Amino acid sequence: MGKIVEIEGVNKIYGTNHVVRDLNLSVEEGEFLTLLGSSGCGKTTTLRMIAGFEEPTTGSIKVEGEPIEEKEPFERNVNTVFQTYALFPHKTIFDNIAYGLRMKKVPKDEIKKRVLEMMEMVQLSGFEKRYPSQLSGGQKQRVAIARALINRPRVLLLDEPLGALDLKLRKQMQLELKRLQKKLNITFIYVTHDQEEALTMSDRIAVMHDGVLDQLATPTDIYEHPKTKFVATFIGETNTYDGCITGISEGIATVTLENGAVKVKCDDTFQILEYATISVRPEKMKFDTAPREGFELIAMVKDYVYVGSVLKCIVTLPNGNELKIERLAGQELPKIGSIIYPYWNPEDAVLIHNESYKIFKALDDIKLA
Amino acid sequence: MKKKRSKHEFRANTLPAMVTVGPMVLLLIFLVVAPLIFVAVMSFCQTDQYYNVVYKFTAENYSKLISPDYLKIYGQSILIALLTTIVCIIIGYPFAYIIARCKSKKKKLLYMLVIVPFWTNSLIRIYGWRTFLGSNGWLNSVLQNLHIIKEPVDFLYKTGTTVLGMVYCLIPFMILPLYTAIEKLDGSLLEASSDLGAKPYKTFLEVIIPLTSGGIFSGSIMVFIPCLGYFFVSNILGGGNTDMIGNLIERQFKSANNWPLGAALSIILIVVTLILVKIYQKLGGDMEDLGV
Repeated sequence: MGKIVEIEGVNKIYGTNHVVRDLNLSVEEGEFLTLLGSSGCGKTTTLRMIAGFEEPTTGSIKVEGEPIEEKEPFERNVNTVFQTYALFPHKTIFDNIAYGLRMKKVPKDEIKKRVLEMMEMVQLSGFEKRYPSQLSGGQKQRVAIARALINRPRVLLLDEPLGALDLKLRKQMQLELKRLQKKLNITFIYVTHDQEEALTMSDRIAVMHDGVLDQLATPTDIYEHPKTKFVATFIGETNTYDGCITGISEGIATVTLENGAVKVKCDDTFQILEYATISVRPEKMKFDTAPREGFELIAMVKDYVYVGSVLKCIVTLPNGNELKIERLAGQELPKIGSIIYPYWNPEDAVLIHNESYKIFKALDDIKLA
Repeated sequence: MKKKRSKHEFRANTLPAMVTVGPMVLLLIFLVVAPLIFVAVMSFCQTDQYYNVVYKFTAENYSKLISPDYLKIYGQSILIALLTTIVCIIIGYPFAYIIARCKSKKKKLLYMLVIVPFWTNSLIRIYGWRTFLGSNGWLNSVLQNLHIIKEPVDFLYKTGTTVLGMVYCLIPFMILPLYTAIEKLDGSLLEASSDLGAKPYKTFLEVIIPLTSGGIFSGSIMVFIPCLGYFFVSNILGGGNTDMIGNLIERQFKSANNWPLGAALSIILIVVTLILVKIYQKLGGDMEDLGV
């Protein structure tokens, strides 16, 4: 396994709009990498730069170790699955899938063999003579994937390919895509804004925010150890608290919030008096009817929301902020209007640096100098 | 219930329809339907020795029209119309493509370049060409002053000159439908084609041309048909060497004074037009693209 795509110091600027900032990213051969972020975060632009539809303003992109700036899209050994599928409406399904092979002047017999094989793989046998307008959304999607995969690209780029499908079909296609990727052992770079989709399918996730790569890690790492507040809030549900670190002992920091002090695990990158953010997942939140040692939070139960397998309890802190606490349905919960004392296991909470970290680091550098 | 009935009453009341659509229908009957019937009737009439129209049935006018002299002119008309259409496609397509793919500011300017001449009287514009191309015209003087030619070149009164004038007059009819078709073209299809390894010329042949063929086709119809009838272009620039069906019709009415024969020619032109439109429709063409 080597690096198949290397993006080094890439910036993309449209007029005054800085869409991608100093992006460094390398993609391992055979992995399923997801670019995740809300719309306008630069993920699609990044994908389009790899495909060759856009040129980076600065920086370089290498595929298989070769710089590809000089190569036109039709010379690149990558293929794209478009968000809108972009099937040729005037060509049959067979001709759509055969398009790439015809451009490469593959012998006719082989084209036929490979197209039929590919159609079987995406479960579309028998649709050869139909036109794209006669297919459903899910079928079109599969044609688009087959049309790209048949060229045996080293890297397949997918731009929100499941965005237009309904929930059930989307879930089914997610698994199917993952299966295809494992079977063919092709590197997938997948763009989506759906964090659940990213968690389900990816080997690694690159979370982008305002053109900046916030974190690149495995789904578990992203979920359990978010590096920025954005990542913590974007991936899954979480409760965040901004506060100041007022004490550190034996790897446990005491953080003073507006509503009182709490305890959280920290590493040695944190310092006393630094401002930081705590993220606690709703399912890790606990509560008691009496105050716990180290936690000064107090809250009033405001509402319950039933979401199938779990029950969400919404509680209000004295300053008006709301917290979410999740419990499996059927577990006993306090009444609405009652007072509870929220707490958590210090290991279950994540402490995240925010802007003040940079100031402290700069101060450190000055001291060292 | 009561409300529903009153709604029906309103529908049964034809007054609003009569007031709004009625005048238009009358106008069409007087200005389009009646004259057409008149022309059709006249095409079966005879003339006396002084070329006055005599309302007596004959099919002679039509049998006259299949004489070799006339057939030659039909052939010539079709040749010129065909050449005009082809030249319009060759010039119009890249131009329409550029307009359709331009940024909005430039797009408006280019669009106006097509539309503004279209608003100017074409007769005046064609006379302009004659002055420009004539043996004492600008082009000859410029070329002579630059010592590229010694004697004035005879540009006028050739098939090419007529085709030039026709193209000049009719090219907006080609560019506008092409522009519409190209504008509708989904850019991601071009990206997909390139992504799948197609070089630009392949993308053009495999994706762009087939998907804009509707525009090419309706543009061709809208150039070809008027071309058969634009007699003034071949009159002014062809000088009688490049007569078309339109010239024949004009001559029957104006100089030969044989109205029934002219009427028969007109009917033939109308029938040819209808047949072409019908073929267009049969091939799946969009009538709206023709402005019908």
